[in-house]
Amino acid sequence: MATAIDRIKSKIIATGQAKPPERARDYRRGALAVAIQVAAVVAGLVVGAGLIAGSGADPVVAYKAAFAGAFGDFYNFLETLVKATPILLAGLGVTVAFRCSVWNIGAEGQLQMGALAATALGIAFGGRGVPGIAAIPLLLVAGFAAGGAWGALAGWLKVRWRVDEVIGTIMMNFIAILFVNYMITGPLNDPNSGGVPLTRKIAEAAQLPRLFANVLIGSRIHLGIVIALAAAGLTYVFLWHTVPGYQLRAVGANPTAAQFGGISVTWSVVLSLIISGGLAGLAGMSEVAGLHYRLIDGFSPNYGATGIIVALLGKLHPLGVVIAAILFGGLIVGIDAMTRAVRVPGSIVFVMQAVIVLFVLAGELLARRWRLVE
Amino acid sequence: MIEFLTGAVFVGFLASTIRLAVPLIFASLGEVFTQRSGILNLGLEGIMLIGSFIGFTAANLSGNLWVGVLAGMLSGLMIAIVIAVFDVTLGADQTIVGIMIVIAAQGLVTYLNNVIYKGGYVPPRIGGFTPIRIPLLADIPVIGDTFFNQNILVYIAFLLVPLFAVVLFKTTWGLRVRGVGEDPRSADAMGVNVFRTRYLALLFGGMMAGLGGAFLTLGYLGTFNDNITAGRGWIAIALVYFGQWNPYRVLAGALLFGGVNALQLRLQAQGANLPFQFMLMLPYVLTILVLIGISREGRGPAALCVPYRREVRT
Repeated sequence: MATAIDRIKSKIIATGQAKPPERARDYRRGALAVAIQVAAVVAGLVVGAGLIAGSGADPVVAYKAAFAGAFGDFYNFLETLVKATPILLAGLGVTVAFRCSVWNIGAEGQLQMGALAATALGIAFGGRGVPGIAAIPLLLVAGFAAGGAWGALAGWLKVRWRVDEVIGTIMMNFIAILFVNYMITGPLNDPNSGGVPLTRKIAEAAQLPRLFANVLIGSRIHLGIVIALAAAGLTYVFLWHTVPGYQLRAVGANPTAAQFGGISVTWSVVLSLIISGGLAGLAGMSEVAGLHYRLIDGFSPNYGATGIIVALLGKLHPLGVVIAAILFGGLIVGIDAMTRAVRVPGSIVFVMQAVIVLFVLAGELLARRWRLVE
Repeated sequence: MIEFLTGAVFVGFLASTIRLAVPLIFASLGEVFTQRSGILNLGLEGIMLIGSFIGFTAANLSGNLWVGVLAGMLSGLMIAIVIAVFDVTLGADQTIVGIMIVIAAQGLVTYLNNVIYKGGYVPPRIGGFTPIRIPLLADIPVIGDTFFNQNILVYIAFLLVPLFAVVLFKTTWGLRVRGVGEDPRSADAMGVNVFRTRYLALLFGGMMAGLGGAFLTLGYLGTFNDNITAGRGWIAIALVYFGQWNPYRVLAGALLFGGVNALQLRLQAQGANLPFQFMLMLPYVLTILVLIGISREGRGPAALCVPYRREVRT
């Protein structure tokens, strides 16, 4: 985290240009970073093994089931990609906000609002003969707009009323989850559900098509992963090849310097939360339109929190986030498979994720303290 | 009007306001010390959750409520040690550490609940702390039943507020904590051990949050569920801001939240026409409103969130 920001800071302050590459040192730093990450993942797996053993199951059997479940064959890998989709979108959102040093912990709420808007619109399309070519883009816009608006509200509270965004976004998570629960059980509830908390189905035209549906029979892989990967590319372009993206990073590196440089800190903070919330909103939209075709209570096992974790492990870089999201998608699918094979509570996945982040953090700080990197 | 103010419903409302404020008082008071020393402990939600679970389980196993309370405090202390290693020794980003602690704690508690109380998912109820009537004082109308017919932990919470204020503002240790939080380099130059002071403040804060969690199970609900804290740890942090790092103002904030929570529960019980989800939103909306309300006030300890390293000039 800090290293990334320091790097940007030195770029901005020194010359406005990147330093000339110093190959040997860069390789060494890169190798060290990878070594730390691998060691942290191993530590996470060891902690996980302890928890598995603690619940009375055999860790070896459990991990075998998990690995087979996540990466065992091509279909399992496709399921990993299905799970990686919302995590990737949420993680990209978190990346944009964190790059601006805005601690958006609200990905979960923004995701819920995006899912709700997409559901409401998708239901409204029902029986109106809206073609898919129009319905899907409109749903994308709705998901992005709803998540972005929920993020923008947190941004406004921060810049106008100095409401700490960590607490603000977490409170807004609780509010969003309760509101979605109300909509699912109330106005949008499926009358044929027999009281089960789920909404009516969205129009068929609004559903994201399954990919290669006639070849990959039985797979759930859908257009969402393509949207998520495209979003990763766009996030990269935005952050490193546009003026607002540059301004946003400059504010993240040093708000005072950015302000003196003529950048509107206020606007950058709000913009970062709009885009951040919008991407999280797309995650919710993709779950509804690509997977469930309706909003189901508890549809997100806190993808927002996992988004924070993949953003941090991906070093706040879209490519890193893609890799981390696929790995953690695999972890979720694997743990799902594990809980079917042996009786282990699935919540260990959150312990493992957090432990991995903490170990990476500790590794990097120790590496710097011991002068392994400058 | 008078009939309403002395009515049993109103007294019940006031008494539950007091009780609902207690977990916030414990957690926020501890966090005041932690933040005064310059460390932002965002892990309170996780610590409270662990404290409530461990406290409940220890009391269940031992059959002694005080063992539960101590276990809850001890569990908070242990998590705070982990946080302290990261925040104080390693100088890690305090925001990230706090959030990771919360995520890990939530996963761990769900896991433990599943493993220890497997099957029905409804842990056995234990008898919590029972109210102690304070003679004479409890006979005062309204006030008596509100303040003087509560359980022992409630009395402790209210007595701690002035005690903490004295420690923070009138003792050497309090001065050290504040000095370290305002200007660690000067404090260091004056011979104050910055690291030890911050460690102590963090461990103490963790212990208090664990106590707040234990109160939820042992002094209030008498049972445990995975969502028992429901954001109270985050609200406790907001209360520290609202209270401007002052124990008395924190108490006022905690009572405000206790009142809103009691009101929301009462409205739900009476079957008001608003859907229950909107009632449940009230504390969270109030938290945001409260933070808006203090937007013009001071910003707290100068070195809050800034890691201290002796060899690095800032």
